Amino acid sequence: MSALAGVLAQAPLPVDVVSTGEAVAFWILGPLALAGALAMVFARSAVHSALWLVLTMLCLGALYMVQQAPFLGFVQIIVYTGAIMMLFLFVLMLVGRDSADSVVEVLRGQRVAGLVAGLGLAGLLASTLGRALTDVTPVGLAAQNQRGGNVDSIGRSLFTDYLFPFELTSALLITAAVGAMVLASTSRDRARRPTQRGMMEARLRGERASPLPGPGVFATANSVATPALLPDGSVAPESLSEIIDSTTRESLAADVLSVSGAAHQADAHALRGPEAAADEAIGRPPGEVSPE
Amino acid sequence: MTPTYYLLLSALLFSVGAVGVLVRRNAVVVFMCIELMLNAVNLTLVTFARINGTLDGQIMAFFVMVVAAAEVVVGLAIIMSIFKTRRSASVDGANLLKY
Repeated sequence: MSALAGVLAQAPLPVDVVSTGEAVAFWILGPLALAGALAMVFARSAVHSALWLVLTMLCLGALYMVQQAPFLGFVQIIVYTGAIMMLFLFVLMLVGRDSADSVVEVLRGQRVAGLVAGLGLAGLLASTLGRALTDVTPVGLAAQNQRGGNVDSIGRSLFTDYLFPFELTSALLITAAVGAMVLASTSRDRARRPTQRGMMEARLRGERASPLPGPGVFATANSVATPALLPDGSVAPESLSEIIDSTTRESLAADVLSVSGAAHQADAHALRGPEAAADEAIGRPPGEVSPE
Repeated sequence: MTPTYYLLLSALLFSVGAVGVLVRRNAVVVFMCIELMLNAVNLTLVTFARINGTLDGQIMAFFVMVVAAAEVVVGLAIIMSIFKTRRSASVDGANLLKY
């Protein structure tokens, strides 16, 4: 029994026959992959496009496994749908998630021309492949996958025949990582931002060490359009706004008069009422109730 | 059914990806269509490996996946930096070299 199994396992299959199970898998997964691709192209939202592409890639991974390439099938699912498509989704969330395609056609008739070109390409490729590969008998990978399986064979080939390209991919990957860090880094140029010491020196060696007067100091309004008044009633020239030139001296005349003391003095008891003023006049402490 | 059907499927997927590149305006979606075209070619490589009875096609598909991963990382970084400067991910917006 075991000898028979050994003979069966070692017998090379000269012709690869597509089994019924594989045909069923193909006719389920193939249209699903095609539908996912079409929906990706014609979906309005970019996030929906990404999810449809995930469906297509999952179907392709399953098709790889059906086609005696289980290693590539798993790499497809892990790397493509697991890493690359999630990276796409991250970038979509950062970049225009809601930025729909513009309806303005920069080149007139480009969409129609693109559709026609795509249909032409599909027809050309399909007819060429269909005519060229009619009498091809597939050899199949049973002999290749026999020694330790598909992963073992791919690993042996990768580290012997394809060792140098495999080493080159490490350089490619590290270049891509560094490039992405350089391109996508958001750090501002810190050398150009002045330090606290630099700001202090610039201020002390400049024309004015004290801060500029705020708008409306000693004036009746806090608006930016109201310049500050100096204690003698004149307008502080530093506080004149360069942007707002509608400030006239005439509109400040009342403020100037009140600051310089020429106008009627403000009543100190205006907020407390005449009763408090009377209390203060006879020397009684405020808050005490009068005896009557 | 023969493995030729896989090739026909990959031809259709490649055409759909090409149409997407030509029709869509969002740069990220255009990039996803390029990924779809790469996947279609991978399916072709796997099918030819099966037809020829050697593993070279599968290894080539493996290298295509590695290159695609590196390409996606750099391409998405470029799209993000373009978005940062132009506030738009539309491929029609970046036309400064036109004039």
